[in-house]
Amino acid sequence: MAAVTGLEQPLVVPSAGPPARPRVWRAVVLLLAALYFLVPLGASLWYTIYTPTTGVSFEAYGELLTAEGFAASLALSLGLGLATIVLVLLLTLPAMLAVRLSAPRLRPVMEVLCTLPLVVPPITFVAGLGTSLRTGAEVLAPTPFWATLIAVQDPAFPIVLVLAYVVLVLPFVYRSLDAGLRTMDVRTLVEAARNLGASWPYVLLRVIVPNLRSALASASFLTLALVFGEFTVARLLGYQPFAVWIVTISGSRGQVSVAVSILSLLLIWLLLLAVSSAFGREKK
Amino acid sequence: MTSKVEFRDLRRIFGKTVALDGLDLTIEPGEFVALLGPSGCGKTTALRCVAGFERPDSGAVLVDGKDITDVPANKRDAGMVFQSYSLFPNLNARDNVAFGLRVRRVPVAVRRAKADELLELVGLPTHADRFPHQLSGGQQQRVALARALALEPRVLLLDEPLSALDAKVRVALREEIRRLQLDLGITTIFVTHDQEEALSIADRVAVLRDGRLEQVGAPAEVYDRPATPFVAEFVGTMNHLVGQASPEGTVTVLGHTLPIDGPSPDSPEVDVLIRPEAVQVTPAEDGEAEVLVASFRGSSVRLRLALAGGEVLADVPGHEAVRLAAGTRVTVRLVERPVLVAPRTVTVPAPVTEPADAV
Repeated sequence: MAAVTGLEQPLVVPSAGPPARPRVWRAVVLLLAALYFLVPLGASLWYTIYTPTTGVSFEAYGELLTAEGFAASLALSLGLGLATIVLVLLLTLPAMLAVRLSAPRLRPVMEVLCTLPLVVPPITFVAGLGTSLRTGAEVLAPTPFWATLIAVQDPAFPIVLVLAYVVLVLPFVYRSLDAGLRTMDVRTLVEAARNLGASWPYVLLRVIVPNLRSALASASFLTLALVFGEFTVARLLGYQPFAVWIVTISGSRGQVSVAVSILSLLLIWLLLLAVSSAFGREKK
Repeated sequence: MTSKVEFRDLRRIFGKTVALDGLDLTIEPGEFVALLGPSGCGKTTALRCVAGFERPDSGAVLVDGKDITDVPANKRDAGMVFQSYSLFPNLNARDNVAFGLRVRRVPVAVRRAKADELLELVGLPTHADRFPHQLSGGQQQRVALARALALEPRVLLLDEPLSALDAKVRVALREEIRRLQLDLGITTIFVTHDQEEALSIADRVAVLRDGRLEQVGAPAEVYDRPATPFVAEFVGTMNHLVGQASPEGTVTVLGHTLPIDGPSPDSPEVDVLIRPEAVQVTPAEDGEAEVLVASFRGSSVRLRLALAGGEVLADVPGHEAVRLAAGTRVTVRLVERPVLVAPRTVTVPAPVTEPADAV
């Protein structure tokens, strides 16, 4: 052991010189970035818990957690987020695989289709959605499907929002999955698995998904973050998920409204942490 | 375990390219057949038709007399090793080998034992816990071979499994594949564009061109008695020399009279096909030929000789390189054995015009 440390020492000493400068820069950059993010955050936190007359108190947060609609809107947003993730992945992954394996010439078409939602402004999107829902109801009225559009707009769990969010997150999900699929030789892996007797669902679940873990995680991240922060579509269609509730509640009192922002930030962090650990777990 | 494989009038067209144009071939049980041909000749397509990744437009693939053309890939009994590395990156070597058994719901203990046994068979008993990215290319292909054999398939399909490896590993692994194949007695189809590879390990070599079978036969037969000029050119190298055939079944070439292999040609004007190693070269001051280029290949030297009838390639043992540098005057003799002749294609017998000091 002594010989090993003896060998390592001369290696470490000269290498300590050159990286010293970049390390200083790194610290500076880190410090600046930290200031940029933490100062406003700390200031808002201080504002929510401190009032000159009563001193430090967490009353604002207590009020928030007991406020009407907090749990309901949070649960709604969570449910919408999960449903969107499941639906968008079930939709895109098999479609992307199918295009890659059997119709590679359709790839540009798919790429454009999936990127389209980025170009359409949310306002236009909602306006279109509203019109479709109204006309749709009239068109479907004489058919046996008359109840579908009503069911879709159930305020307890508006499926129409899930459908809208699936469209909105399509570009992000497509990008992440595409990047993930690029890292492996999909065709060969699929053929190898088929050759070994695997059915298509087995190939998807046991071969593609495990090797696409990080891409799926980032797709889920983005979806969750987008659904939690989405305001326009939900507000205009008249639902009250978390983002809409925040705006509603914060209109009245200053401290509570800032507290709600901090809380939602923390919540989303926690959620993303949960998602990343759920996907990262089996990798080792 | 071993099976007979038949290709019956297999036809497959991709857009404008005809990949398979009526391929007929029968592979006997336990036989090792190499499909050899230039890229685009349809050899891989033929193999993929057996694996079920490609559907022939017409014709059929039969295994043990049963038409499997409509059987989906995952229901076929054929193990395949791919050209590109195909191990599942998320599984270690053992789990890769055991993948097929896992699909078939074989109990964990049994499939682990089987996987370890197969890894031992391919010479990687201590690598079971490594992941593909921790293995070298040769090791990955060994694991892929073990994986293909784990289900004890009736047919083993090898799609250029050695082409991504470096020369030394390639030779070692191909010998090992052959040893394994002989031990297991499994019917094997091996696709390659490397004629040396095909000749060295196959029982029979099938030469394909433009989706059609040009010749199938034992390696020595394909090499020594190529059925068509294409086979002669593709499998090894051939000299085309101007010859004069006589009605008695002999041909005069470079001043030698040699017996003709096969029927006598219609016209006395013929091309004589001679392998470079059948050309013997001796240094001589007053020799009629001159060495233009000598490329040293280790065990042998390929000489390009200029002589009155044109240029000739000759292979001589490597240790003769020193005596046969470029510019040396030599005499040329042909090995006395029957030769193949083809209708004349060399129109102008290019005479050697360069002076001796040109090179």
